[in-house]
Amino acid sequence: MMDNFIQTTIERIKSAQAGKTPLAIRGGNSKAFYGGMIRGEALDMRPYRGIIDYEPKELVLTVRAGTPIAEIEAAMARENQMLPFEPPYFEDGATSPATIGGTVATGLSGPRRPYTGAVRDFVLGTRIINGKGEDLRFGGRVIKNVAGYDVSRLMTGALGTLGVLLDLSFKVLPKPTEELTLRYEMDEATAIRRFNEWAGKPLPISATSWHDGIAKLRLSGAAAGVKATREKLGGEIVADTEAGLFWRDLRDHRAAFFSSAEPLWRLSVPSTRQPLFPNLPQWIEWGGALRWARGATEAKMLRATVEAAGGHVTLFRHGDKAAGVFHPLQPVLARIHRNLKAAFDPEHILNPGRMDNF
Amino acid sequence: MFPFETNAKIVNAQLLEDFSRVTPPLNVIADHERLRPFETDAFISHRAMPMCAVLPENEAQVAAIARACSTRGVPLVTRGAGTGISGGAIPVVDGVLVVLTRLNALKSLDPLARTACVGPGMRNLAVSDAAAPHGLFYAPDPSSQLICSIGGNVAENSGGVHCLKYGLTVHNVMQVRLVLSDGDVVTVGANSLDAAGYDLLAVINGSEGLLGLITEVVVKLTPQPEHVETLLAAFPSVNDAANAVGRIIGGGVVPAALEMMDKMVIEACERFMSAGFPLDAEALLLIELDGVREEVAEQLVQVERVLTDCHAQEIRRAKDDAEREKLWKSRKGAFAALATIRPDYYTMDGTIPRRCLPGVLARYYALAQEYGMMVANVFHAGDGNLHPCIFYDATIPGEMERSEELGGKMLEICVEVGGTITGEHGVGIEKLKQMCVQFRPNELAAFHAIKAVFDPSGVLNPGKGVPALKRCAEWGGMHVRDGVVPGADIPRF
Repeated sequence: MMDNFIQTTIERIKSAQAGKTPLAIRGGNSKAFYGGMIRGEALDMRPYRGIIDYEPKELVLTVRAGTPIAEIEAAMARENQMLPFEPPYFEDGATSPATIGGTVATGLSGPRRPYTGAVRDFVLGTRIINGKGEDLRFGGRVIKNVAGYDVSRLMTGALGTLGVLLDLSFKVLPKPTEELTLRYEMDEATAIRRFNEWAGKPLPISATSWHDGIAKLRLSGAAAGVKATREKLGGEIVADTEAGLFWRDLRDHRAAFFSSAEPLWRLSVPSTRQPLFPNLPQWIEWGGALRWARGATEAKMLRATVEAAGGHVTLFRHGDKAAGVFHPLQPVLARIHRNLKAAFDPEHILNPGRMDNF
Repeated sequence: MFPFETNAKIVNAQLLEDFSRVTPPLNVIADHERLRPFETDAFISHRAMPMCAVLPENEAQVAAIARACSTRGVPLVTRGAGTGISGGAIPVVDGVLVVLTRLNALKSLDPLARTACVGPGMRNLAVSDAAAPHGLFYAPDPSSQLICSIGGNVAENSGGVHCLKYGLTVHNVMQVRLVLSDGDVVTVGANSLDAAGYDLLAVINGSEGLLGLITEVVVKLTPQPEHVETLLAAFPSVNDAANAVGRIIGGGVVPAALEMMDKMVIEACERFMSAGFPLDAEALLLIELDGVREEVAEQLVQVERVLTDCHAQEIRRAKDDAEREKLWKSRKGAFAALATIRPDYYTMDGTIPRRCLPGVLARYYALAQEYGMMVANVFHAGDGNLHPCIFYDATIPGEMERSEELGGKMLEICVEVGGTITGEHGVGIEKLKQMCVQFRPNELAAFHAIKAVFDPSGVLNPGKGVPALKRCAEWGGMHVRDGVVPGADIPRF
């Protein structure tokens, strides 16, 4: 049945290429808000689901792109393991149809990202169909692999514009046995400095957050190590249930801050950058490297300031997408992007426009 | 393919004239005597004499060299310290060799942001040395880290013994500046945790000098662990040792290093160092745990219990740094010792799913016997990366060729069980044939298309990394992935 799905998809892509008719690849549609305009006939990946291979002792997992992340996380929880990049659902995780394919295509990671790694860091291999209808495999199911260019990681965050994701292999990690969240009252500049100082020490930190005068720090690891770190760092202990909900609501943007209809900007900056845009309400995570800013402000000014600070800006939700969602690329980089797109999808039929011009 | 093949002399003269116009003046080496050291990298069984070697001192010079070479259609090979063991930095005959060792500056180090911006020629260990006063280090540690350069590490996506926990080069590099073959300069990645657009940084890591010339690298620095514990355990069978590895990891401990050594290594330890291991030991495990002191203590108890449960005959624990050195010697020293029996050795680099280890080792031993050659196995057991060492004597005619043939067969076994032909050493010229086994023609075509995006003139490191499709056909390359030979029932001639 899965082979049939692949065959049918190859046929569809080939005829879309012949007729130059765009396809809009979709999974659970939980991240439809993200990226440029969606146009084309829907290519629904949800029938292509299921765990292909999961050997906990190998720390390797292979799944079909249409598999709900909730299903994967449940299977892994039974083995005390996790997807180390803490994938966001951006809705209620218990009922979310969000798929692993969408997670890889958007390349978005959760609060654990600066401390254990991003989606792309854990992708080991992919099977894709490119815009020419070719069934291709790159990477593999092993942790170390340098044969050929790393096309699997190139697919991560490409928003389906270079190929339709079929099978995905990941490196996974054991779940920490103990988690503890600490709370501190401090201003933004102090929080940014502290986050960076802490990250420079061998401490079992797994998440950081600052919003509205409150910094939070999550520790993860063996019980003894977490306890010893708590003694070193002080801070007020947040009850487990409350802490769990807090990090979940930050990860999935369910906290009140994110529910506004104002434009939500994602500022990716060097972690040590001083506070930016004092007039825009902000939520800082990733040790200072990711700053969510809310407000109807001029994109151009925002982009120029953040670019000068060594970062880039994405219009994450709401606002006027016509002015471009992603940070404009330098001319040489833009040329490389155009040519890569042409190499993988010469007729621009895969999610055209989802990544602005690509 | 290149015009230089027909009128090499004229083109070379024009190119040298181009080079002479570069300011500040370029250091060009064009006499055979001084070019001799550049004929090969650490894949010493192969060599080639370049037309000249150039040693630029800044990015503008690198761009001028690239522009001149692509305009004139002259092949250009980039070289760092030349420690690669797959031949990636071996020159192309009559081509240009660009040696980036002089771009070795530490441009900046930001202890608070935990990043360092370095020239491609800076040595791997020098980065960690510079970071040490701040309690930081650069995590990827290939065995050549004392001399290998960061640019080469990026080109090869180098690993090391600590990658299970700390990742490969691709996980520890944030930004790369790249000169393209047309002389354009591009910044890939960012000083932030992600960059806009496609993840080109992932493509550059491990691209073996085929896509551009690296002129600057921003690396991520990692806090030095507070505490380290090192254990060495001997097992009566490979199965027991493999089982212990699975149970350590399955039990939730990710060691900083997890190395397995086979009987050949144990015997060498006995013979040359009187290490005193049990005589019937078939496998050794070297385990390093690091982290917060209390956490390591907890893990140590857990790991020791697993080792005992898995029938470890003996467990040694290093009490201090001196003892730690001694335990590591059982791995490093064994190779030097074995090399006294056969002077040369050839290190392979396949990766396999760990569960396949006992079966794959048994097949390796059978193959080695068939070829009448000595093979010792060291295995980065945590991440499934095998380094069989084939010992031979290059002065005996045909031995080197036979060792290469044996190595090739070992790599094909890796592909067959779902692994890969190279975990961290790269393809270079060494594993071109096996690329035809691991990838199908349309996948190789996709690699060539990526190459053409970055290097349309095709002058960068031609003939390396990705085999030409017609070469695979000539070699009769057969695709044997996932243990299935396609069309196995079709007679092949």
